[in-house]
Amino acid sequence: MSGRSLQGPRSLQRPRALAGLTALSAVLALAAFLAGCTPQEAQPVFHAERNPATLADWQVLQIRAGVLGPTKGVIPYELNTPLFSDYAHKLRTVWLPAGTRAGYGADGALQLPVGSILSKTFYYPRRDAGNGAGASQGALQATAAAIGVLAGGRLALDQVQLIETRLLVRRAQGWQAVSYVWDDSQRHARLQRVGEIIPLELEGVGKFDYVVPDINQCAACHATDVERATLAPIGLKARHLDRDHDYGGKVGQKNQLVHLEQLGLLEAAAPAASASDGWTRAASWNDESASLDSRARAYLDINCGHCHNRQGPADTSGLALDAAETSPIALGVCKSPVAAGRGTGNKKFDIVPGHPDESIMVYRMASQDPGEMMPELGRSLVHREGLELIRRWIAEWPGAPGCAQEASNSARQSASSARLSRSQG
Amino acid sequence: MRLAVAALALLGWLAGCGQRPSVEQTPGDAGRFQRELQEKLLDAKPGEIIEIPAGRHLLDRSLSLRVSGVTIRGAGMNATVLSFKGQRVGAEGLLVNASDFTLENLAIEDTRGDAVKINEGERITLRGLRIEWTGGPSTRNGAYGLYPVRTRNVLIEDCLVIGASDAGIYVGQSADIVVRRNRAHQNVAGIEIENSRRADVYENDVTLNTGGILVFNMPNLPQRGEGTRVYRNRIYANNTANFGAKGTPVASVPAGSGVVINSNDSVEIFDNELRDNATAHIIISSYFSTGYMTNEGVAKDFDPYPEAIHIHGNRFSGGGDSPDGLDLKTLKLAMFGLGGRFPAVLWDGYRDPKKLQGGKLPPELALCVRDAGPVLNADGPGKYRNPSLTREGFDCTLAALRAVELER
Repeated sequence: MSGRSLQGPRSLQRPRALAGLTALSAVLALAAFLAGCTPQEAQPVFHAERNPATLADWQVLQIRAGVLGPTKGVIPYELNTPLFSDYAHKLRTVWLPAGTRAGYGADGALQLPVGSILSKTFYYPRRDAGNGAGASQGALQATAAAIGVLAGGRLALDQVQLIETRLLVRRAQGWQAVSYVWDDSQRHARLQRVGEIIPLELEGVGKFDYVVPDINQCAACHATDVERATLAPIGLKARHLDRDHDYGGKVGQKNQLVHLEQLGLLEAAAPAASASDGWTRAASWNDESASLDSRARAYLDINCGHCHNRQGPADTSGLALDAAETSPIALGVCKSPVAAGRGTGNKKFDIVPGHPDESIMVYRMASQDPGEMMPELGRSLVHREGLELIRRWIAEWPGAPGCAQEASNSARQSASSARLSRSQG
Repeated sequence: MRLAVAALALLGWLAGCGQRPSVEQTPGDAGRFQRELQEKLLDAKPGEIIEIPAGRHLLDRSLSLRVSGVTIRGAGMNATVLSFKGQRVGAEGLLVNASDFTLENLAIEDTRGDAVKINEGERITLRGLRIEWTGGPSTRNGAYGLYPVRTRNVLIEDCLVIGASDAGIYVGQSADIVVRRNRAHQNVAGIEIENSRRADVYENDVTLNTGGILVFNMPNLPQRGEGTRVYRNRIYANNTANFGAKGTPVASVPAGSGVVINSNDSVEIFDNELRDNATAHIIISSYFSTGYMTNEGVAKDFDPYPEAIHIHGNRFSGGGDSPDGLDLKTLKLAMFGLGGRFPAVLWDGYRDPKKLQGGKLPPELALCVRDAGPVLNADGPGKYRNPSLTREGFDCTLAALRAVELER
C-alpha cells in the first residue's frame, strides 16, 4: 500500500516573530502601506443587497494610465497551486471592511467578516504584447510567464487581454458569487448572471470556448458542502496562501500571511499544525524542487477537492481528493467508479498504481467531452502540464504496480473469475 | 399555420421578459431561450411554477436550479422538447440541488452526460418526462436519464426513458423511493436502484434494455442499500447488447438479464411478468461476480453478499436460451444442451461463510425462491466447477417488506 499519500501535516515553516508585534510596528507598517495612496483614491463599495450592473460600481479595481490595479486597501494575493482555467492567468484580490480582520477556521480557511469582497480577474497575455492597448482579441498566449504583471497586483493592459472578473461577496446571508465580463476595449466589465461562451484562440493550443459560469455554476464549485449548499471561498486557505508575493513599493517581496497579519487584516496566530485542525503548506504544482507527491496532491486538492471531498457535491462517488484525505481507496487506488458512465473510458479503476493509461483519473483529465471530462466545469481545454504531473505521479507509484483483481484474503472467499458477468475483455 | 402557432407560443413565453418575439429556433440560436430559462431558474422563488411552452428548444449548456419549492412544467412529453444535441458545456442537461422539486411533462433529448441529475434534496417528483437519446443505443450517449442521488422521498412516475448508456432511471444513495408506471427502453440498465433504502419499483414497462431492473450495492459509499420491492412490472426481451463503457457497474451485466440483484439485501421480487430475457429472468449475485473485487480497492467493511432475498409469485415465459458471454454460453451448453435453456433464476453461489449455521444461512437472511422452478447455482466459490440445479434451501418465505409511504 502506498504510504506517499499519508503524510501528516509538516510543522509550520513561517516566521513566528510576528505574534509579538507591537501596536507601534503595526502602525508603522500600515503607514508604509498607505504612503503611496493619494487622498482621493477610490476604495471599495460593499453592495449588501444587489449586484450592480458594472464592476466599476464595486470600486475594487481601477484603471489608471493603462494599468489595472487594486483600489485603496485592496490586497492582491496568489495561490501556491491554482485551479486550471483554460490557461487563463488570474489576478486575485481581497478586501475587508475597515476595522475588521479575518480569523482562521477549520482546515486553515480564512474566515472573513460580512462586507468582505474577493475578486478574481481572468486574463491572457497577448501575443502582440507591447503593441498598444485596446487591440481587439486576437490570438492569446498559453504561457506560464508573467507577462504584463506589475508589482502590487497590477496589470499592464497593453500586454494582457481581460476576459472576466468574478467576485465573491460576503453578505449577511453568506457568500454570493457574481461575474462581470470585460468588453474588447478593456474599459468596462458588465454583469453577466446567466453565463456566456466566449470563443478564444490560444497560440499553440487553438480555438476553444471560454465559458463564463452562470451564478449557479459558481455554486457548483463553491458550495463545497453539498448538504448545507452554502458558498465558500476555495483558495483563501492558509495552505494555499503561505507564499511570497511581490507587493512592490516599500513592502516588496513578503509572505502573504505575514503581510495580512502586519496590516491587521488577519489574526496573528495561525492554528497549530496539528492533524485535526491545522494545515500543511501546499506545494506549487510546477515546483520541481518539491516532491512529486506533494505537487500532485496540491494539484488534485485545488482542482478537484472542492467537489471531491467527503462533504462535497462529488461525495456520491466515494472519491475524495482534497488535501486532508488519507484513505488510499478514497483517493481512488484500485477503486471502481460508482456513476462515471462513459467517463470510465473503458477502464476499471480510478487509479491503477504504475499504470496511468489504465487509470480513469488520467482519462477524464485528458478528455474534452462535457459528458466525461473532469473537472466537469471550468475548463474546455486539457491542461497538458497538469495531466503530465498526474501521469507521472501514478506511473512512479511506490510499491507493486497494478490492482490485484480477484480478492483472496482469508476473510473473504476467493473469486476465480467473473463467471456471472459478461466478458470484460 | 404551425409557424404561427409556434410564434404565439413563443410570444406567451417571452411576454414576461420584454423581449421581441421570434420564429422557430435554429441551431446556433440557443442563446436567448436558454438565457431566459436559466435566468428564471436563477430568480425562482419557492412555490414558483416555471412553465415551458410547447416547441423544440435548443440548448448548448447545462441548466441548473438551486432554489427549493420550484416546479418546472412543460406542455407534454412530446410537445415541449429541450434538445441538447449541440451541447458544449456541462455534464448534465439539468442539475438540481434543491428540495420540493417537481419536473413534469416535457422531454429532454441528447444530453452529453446525464439528462437530469438531482444531487441532495427531499420530496423530488419526476413525472411524465421523456428522456431520450434519439440515435438509439450507443456508448456515446449520456450515462443516466433520471438520476436522483442522495435524495429522500422520491417519486418517479409515468416517464419514458430511452437510450441511456448506463441506467435509464437511476436512484442512487437515496431513501424512500417510488418508481412506477414508467417505460424504460433501450438503455443498458432500464431501472437501477443502488445503495438506496426503501424503494418500491412497480408497474413499469421494461424492455429492450441490456438488463431490465437492477438492485445493486456498491462499495466505498457512506450508505448501504436495502429494502427494495420489485413488483407488477413487465420485464421482457431485455436482450440489447451491453453498450455501457467498461468499468461501470452496469458493464458487468450480461445482455438478456431481467432483474439483477447484486450485493443488496432485503429485496422482494413478486408478481412480475418476466418474458424472453435470453440470459435469465432473475440473477442473484455477489460483488465477487462483478469482476471489480480487489483487495486494495474495496473497503474492508463492505458486505458483498446478497441476503434476505424473497422471490415469489412471478410469471415466467421464454428466455434463458441464449445467454450473453462465453462463460455463460459454455455453462448453458454443458448443462442444458444446444436447445436447452437456463432456469428462471441464476445464483452465483456466494454466501457469507461467517454467517452460515450448519451450512445454511439463518432464516431471516435466506435466499427464498418460490414459484420459479429450480435455481441454477453456478458455484462461483468452487471456481464454477460444480454448477447445479437445486431447490434445496430456497423453498422458504420471508416477511413481506412494507410498502413505501411518500405521503403525497
